[in-house]
Formats: sequence, structure tokens, C-alpha cells
Amino acid sequence: METIIDIEWVLACYVDDVPENGGVCMKHGHEQIAIYNFSRRGEWYATQNLCPHKQQMSLSRGMIGSAGEACEPKVACPFHKKTFSLLSGECLSGDDYKIKTYPVKVTDGMVYVGVA
Amino acid sequence: MSKPTIIVVGNGMVGYKFCEKLVAKSSAFNIIVFGEEPRRAYDRVHLSEYFAGKSADDLSMSSASWYADHDIQLHLDDPIQEINRANKTIHSLKGVTLGYDYLVLATGSSAFVPDIPGIEKEGVFVYRTIEDLELIKAYAFNAKNGAVMGGGLLGLEAAKALIDLDIKQTHVIEFAPRLMPRQIDAAGSAMLQSKLSALGLNIHLNKSTARIAGDHKIEALQFNDDTLLAVDMLVISAGIRPRDELAKLAGLQVGTRGGIMVNERMQTSDDSIFSIGECALFDDMIYGLVAPGYEMAEVVVAQLIGTDKAFHSFDMSTKLKLIGVDVASFGDAFIAEPACRTIVFEDTHKGVYKRINISNDGKLLLGGILVGDADAYNMLLQTVNNKIALPPNPEDMILGLRGGEQSEGAGVMSLPDDALICSCEAVSKGTICGVVNDGATSLDTIKKCTKAGTGCGGCMPMVKDLLAGTMKANGQYIKNVVCEHFDYSRQELYDLVKINKLKNYDLVLDHFGKGDGCETCKPLVASILSSLWNDLIVKQDTIQDSNDRYLANIQKGGTYSVVPRIPGGEITPEKLITIGQVAQKYGLYTKITGGQRIDLFGAHVSDLPLIWEELIDAGFESGHAYGKALRTVKSCVGSTWCRFGLHDSVSFAIEIEERYKGLRSPHKLKGGVSGCIRECAEAQSKDFGIIATEKGWNLYICGNGGSKPQHAQLLAADIDSKTLIKYLDRFLMFYIKTADPLTRTATWLNKMEGGMSYLKNVIINDSLGIAEQLEEEMQLLVDSFHCEWKEVVNNPALRSRFTHFVNAPGEKDPTVKFEGMREQVKAVW
Repeated sequence: METIIDIEWVLACYVDDVPENGGVCMKHGHEQIAIYNFSRRGEWYATQNLCPHKQQMSLSRGMIGSAGEACEPKVACPFHKKTFSLLSGECLSGDDYKIKTYPVKVTDGMVYVGVA
Repeated sequence: MSKPTIIVVGNGMVGYKFCEKLVAKSSAFNIIVFGEEPRRAYDRVHLSEYFAGKSADDLSMSSASWYADHDIQLHLDDPIQEINRANKTIHSLKGVTLGYDYLVLATGSSAFVPDIPGIEKEGVFVYRTIEDLELIKAYAFNAKNGAVMGGGLLGLEAAKALIDLDIKQTHVIEFAPRLMPRQIDAAGSAMLQSKLSALGLNIHLNKSTARIAGDHKIEALQFNDDTLLAVDMLVISAGIRPRDELAKLAGLQVGTRGGIMVNERMQTSDDSIFSIGECALFDDMIYGLVAPGYEMAEVVVAQLIGTDKAFHSFDMSTKLKLIGVDVASFGDAFIAEPACRTIVFEDTHKGVYKRINISNDGKLLLGGILVGDADAYNMLLQTVNNKIALPPNPEDMILGLRGGEQSEGAGVMSLPDDALICSCEAVSKGTICGVVNDGATSLDTIKKCTKAGTGCGGCMPMVKDLLAGTMKANGQYIKNVVCEHFDYSRQELYDLVKINKLKNYDLVLDHFGKGDGCETCKPLVASILSSLWNDLIVKQDTIQDSNDRYLANIQKGGTYSVVPRIPGGEITPEKLITIGQVAQKYGLYTKITGGQRIDLFGAHVSDLPLIWEELIDAGFESGHAYGKALRTVKSCVGSTWCRFGLHDSVSFAIEIEERYKGLRSPHKLKGGVSGCIRECAEAQSKDFGIIATEKGWNLYICGNGGSKPQHAQLLAADIDSKTLIKYLDRFLMFYIKTADPLTRTATWLNKMEGGMSYLKNVIINDSLGIAEQLEEEMQLLVDSFHCEWKEVVNNPALRSRFTHFVNAPGEKDPTVKFEGMREQVKAVW
């Protein structure tokens, strides 16, 4: 048996709109989604924009980077520097938070975010 | 075979902690939790912070998904009504009937409400749950005078809550002759009382309440001595009563004064039913603190997974901050002569009381009390608990060493391995050192592996010392490396970047680092690059710290604040008008800062370039309030107007501020210039302070306000302006080159070997032969100054970065909300 998950790809912006090794925020209905251009690694990520620690719409303005030997990609909230894995959404600062992550694809200079 | 079912009755702190401890140890159980309150377990210890701005969610012990993530069934708002011990089933209010193999009663306690006539009147509250707090908050809105019945720990917490709710007159009524009778002695209580009175609290001791007067709502308290106190509301905090009604109904043994009787394994009279926390009665005692409750949870978990652990009487030592006053009691606090010898230190001026009780042979510390200053608490507690031999002058333990040097952290390292460091989570020194030996090198890792410091957090300074001490003992070279990505100290990295002429972060990382960087090394390298090359920081915006990223200070709710530079605090009426007009146009909250400038709060990110365009048109420049950079040079009005002024302090402050404006440094920099020794500019509390003398200027350096205030020290006396600027150039550049990240000048000096005499030698006598180089490097930075905001305003590509939504550039963040306050706005979040 094969499970098919319907992903709707929503156009977010042009590649050039997102700063290198930085993020932007996209509006999707009432949701705010943070998109990260991890250009140092040629990777793209997306998460919820809301930092669960103090409920601030802020993650797209955070610094990205890596943690540990495995170089887990992460983002740090600009408010209190809680960090979250861009892969799993788990909080890496020892708290019990988890943020939502979204798939990203880039085609012809356009960035799309997959929403379920 | 199906898993055995455990039903937990009660979802308070202890009930939650039991679940957390059990799922960490075993997945062999099916766990079901019933809670009476409508929300998940929350931190009751910090309940008063709910009034100080924390939300119910902030106080929550776990995330919303935690229970589901661990396959725990959670029934909120559904108290258990009945236990059928014969069939091993429970029945809930909402009609759920379930079977159990084990039952854990963690029903907690309720507020004890004394039987006083009129207690049922409107305006009388208890202080226990978030719901209670919401009721208090709503009622307090129309109340001017409030009283708290009970001068114990919880009562004073409740009084703090009333103060936070802006109740004008807050009274504390205590039946006993002193405050906190269970924790501190009469002298300590008197000291606490005088400190709290000074903070505006009205304390009434030896008062027993006869009647609550008022029509249908409370209007006054009438006491047994026939006096009357008019109040609009009353919060009762006169002790707790264990919630044992369910256990009683089920026929379990309870104490005569309440509480579910348990043995040292926390078993009730039915051995498949446990009880933990404030509802459990062990050895005739109810434990009303959270740490023993957690220990009880640990004991039950041990029984369930088949290991052996027993509960013994628990250390009730405690340290807390009540309305800003430290209070601690530890060990046997009340033992008195002749059973022991007592050393007492009292300073009524500062409001400090310390008492230690030592054994008659002078060898052991038995207990004590601290009021007003409890910094020594951790070490004193460890000394009691581990029976550490006292030094020959035990008074040093409360007075500090007078003269002579003490090596930092040595105290903690001398503790035995089983010394309990974190009492909330019961973590020993051995456990903490163990994870450091296994490779942990950061506090975060230690917190994660051991949970130490995740409760009240009071043990963190000791954990930090243990980390440093253990690493040192292992011969690990504790170099202040930047982070996991750079194996260098800030000073080393500064030199490497300079020698190799590296101009951007990626190059620095490729040459000298590994991985992809992080929120620690990125802003640090950004600061080094600025201090060296003074390039426009927005060219590398994504490595800048939160405030530098958008050249403005990020504030609650996600808006920014704007601070234009006002050198020396001098401003023309025209410029003042412009600031007012801009604030009006963009709906900004305005406030005068401590540095003689005006801060404009509540700017949407997309409005920032528009705001600055108008400010720059009127002749303003960036104030660099967002940067680790020179902020302001404060001045008094000086000889131009003041009849005492010796020199023109304003002109000199402006000259200095213009010279160093925008200078990037390891931490923020502040300066001050006073026109005479009256020191109205408070220059001696700044990183550099200048005071006019008859013959010239005195230059003071390395002062600091903030959490650890420190006066600046005299570097040179009676010097002329030119020499002063030369010395300042050398001093600031030397600091920029050698300080650790985020280290203010005061701390930098404190850590410097040789201290002030060494620094004087470097700056004045050029002992390192680098003075000329330092001056040249500073001149380069002065000459390359640019206003960052001017560059952004005039550059469409940079301007376009200042948007909230990439796919809707004109739209502002709809989650940003304001409400009115004293004719201005404040953020709602």
C-alpha cells in the first residue's frame, strides 16, 4: 500500500527576494510561514513564523546556522535566541517546544512552499 | 499482553512531574491523567508572575502536544468523583469509568479558609489557581485598598500580586507576632518587615480578624482588638488544606488534621494506590514545597519500574525573593543557644540580617537564616547538608573574606560527589560532573542531560562553576572559545581576521571555522569586521544580531524602536518638533531615555525607512541604539549656563560623541562629561567619564551602571582636551581589540591581570609600544564613519528588505496590536 499525501505547492516569492543565509516571511491566508535560504549549503527550509517561547512572529528574522557534529540546520529566534531544528522543528535549547516545518521547492528562480 | 494502566488523579506540578519522570524511565505503562482545572499543569510557584505580565501559557509546565506525544490520555476539567477499590475502577464527573492497576493521588491542596463571619462576602478571594487570579484581577480594577490575610510565604506572594495590580494601599494581616513564622526568626522578620514597609506594604502583626464587615461586599476588616481597617478586597492566604476528600470517601486512611497517610514508598493504606505532593501525609507532616513533591514522584516511579527507593524526611531549606527582598532559611534555622552557638550579622542601613547556627565545638554548620542578601545560600546549604568542616573563622561565610584573594569556584569543587546541587530535580554534584566528563561543555547540554537548573534556576551559578572546575580538573584547556564553530577566543579571531584582511563572514568561517555558524559567532564576527573595517553592516545583514539586522531595537510584539542621535543631549526646538511630528504621524510611543535622547517605540518594520527619511531630512543621524557601539555621551549643562560650571561640558560631550559615534565594540559604550565635581552627568557610572577640574579634565574609565554597578576609576588627572582624546583613543581601541564578546569595560578591567595599574601603563606609559598604532586604528574608524540609515534610505535595494511579508510588501503584520495607555500606545501581546 502506498500513502499519497496531497501537497499543495504555493508560490512564495522569487529566489532573489530572500537574503542569502537569511529568511523572509510569507503570508498564506491567516498563516505566517518563514522561508530560509541556506545558500551556504544550497538548501531551502520553511517553518512557522511564530516562536512558541513568547508567541512572537519572529523566526523569519532570526539567524540561521548549524548545531553539532552532524551540522543540524537551525534557526535562532531574534527575541531570546531559542533555537529550533529546521529539519524536525524541535527546540534545540533544551525546551519542550516544537515548531511546524514545511517542504520547499525551487523551480525557475521561483520559491514554492508545500502546504498540506 | 496489554500494558498495566496507571491513573493519575490531579494535574498539578507534582502530578505532571510524575508523568514526566515515568515516561523518561519506562514505556511499559498506559498512563491516564485526570485534572480538575480546565488547563494543563502550570507552574504555581511563579503564579504571581501572571500579574507581572506572564501569560497562562508561559506558566504551563509542558507544550500542548506533550501528553499526546507521550501517549498519555489527558482529561481536563473532569475531576474524579469516586474510587471503587474492590473493582479497581474510578468514576469521573463527566461520567468516565475506567479500570486501573495503579492509582496515583496527586490531588494537591486547597487554600485554608478560616471560619470568620462574613467570609462569603463579595470581594473575598483565595490565591491558588489561575482562575482565582483572574477573579482577583477583574475585581482589583475597582479597588483602592486591599488586604492579604496571612503573612507567610504565600501571603507575601499574594501581596506582591496586589502591588502588581496597582492596588494603592496593600495590607498584610498576620495572626502571629512575626512574618514568615515557619521560615525565619523574630530578628529576621523585623528586618524583612522594615524592608517591605519601605516598599509601601502596610504590615499588621498580632492581628486576628473577628468579622468581615460590609453590606453584601467587603468594606472593612474588624479585628479582635475592636480596631477596624477599611479595605475593598481581601485575599486569604492563611495556609493550605490537603485535598483528601476523595481518599476519605474511598476509605483510605487519612490524618486527623487531614492528608492521605503514606509510607516511605508513598503507598496509602491500599497498596495499589499511591499519593504524592501536598495531599500526602508522611510521618505526620504535609510537605508544602515543590521539591519534596518531585522527590515523592520519583519514589513512586521507582516502585513502578521495580527499583527500590524510599522517601525520607525532606530538607525544607528554601530561598526566595519576596517583593524584591531575598529571604532564605536552611538546615536547622531555629536551633538556639545553648544547643549551639549563633553568629548574627545585622545591617539595618542596608536591611541585611544573617544568622548562622554552628555546633558547640565550632566544627559544623547546623543552619541559619538570611534576609536582604542571600547570595551565600547555596554554599551555606551545601555546608550543612554535607557536614563540611567549618573554616577557622566561620563568620567569613556570611561576611565574605575581608582582604585577601579567593579563587573563584573552588568552593563548589570541594563538595563531595553526592552533594545535592539542584534540589528541585534532585541532581547531585557527581551527576553534573559526570556529564561534563562525558563530554558536555555547555550549560544547555547539562540542563538537557540532567535537568539541573530547570526548576527554580537558583543553582545555575553553582552548575556553571562545576562545569568550569571539572573541565579544568580534566586538563581541558578552558579557552574562551567563541562557540562550536570557532576554536579561537575573540581576541585571537580579531587578530586573524585583521592579518588576513578578511572582509566577510563566510570567508572567516571558511578560513578559521567549521560547520555553518550560529547566533553566537555570526554577530561576534560581524562586530569584529565592523571594528576593523567599518563597512556598512547592512551589506551583511543576515549575520547581524537581532537589532542590528534592522538597524532598530526589536520590542515586544515584533515592532521596533527608533533612537535618533542627539549628541550631548543638546537639541534645537526645531528638531524636537520634528521628532514630535514623526511620532504623531507613525503612531509611536515616545519616551526620554536615560542617555538624554528620545526613543520612539512601536514602529512597523516597513515604516522604518519612511521614519528615517523624515528624520534625516531634518538633520538627524542614526543613534546606534541598536548596536554594540558607542551610544551616548551624557552631559550636564556646564559653564555656559551653570553658575558652578568650570568648563563647557556640553561642547566637549558633543565633540567626544561626534568623534566616537557608531564605534562598534564588544559591548555597548556610554560616556559622560560633567562641568564640575558635582557630577550632574553621572560620568563616573560610564565606560568613560570626564569631569572638569580647575586645571583641565579628570578622565575616569571602566565604570558601569546595570546589574552590577561599579564606579569608574581615575586614569589621569588635570589633563587638557587633546591629551584626553589621545588617551581615550588608546583606551577604547585596546578594549575593542582585547575584550571577550559581550564584556563591558568594567568586567574587562576586573578580569585583567594587573588591573588598573597595568592598564594605566599601557595607555599612559605605552608599556606595550602600541600606543601609536592604537591611535592610528582609531583615526581610521573615525574617518570612515557613515550614517547607516542614510545609506539605507538612499538605496532602494536595501530599503526593500524592510518588509514583513515577502509576498505582500505593503501589508503590516496583522498580529501586531496596540492599546492605549496615558494618552499613548503600548504593545499588546
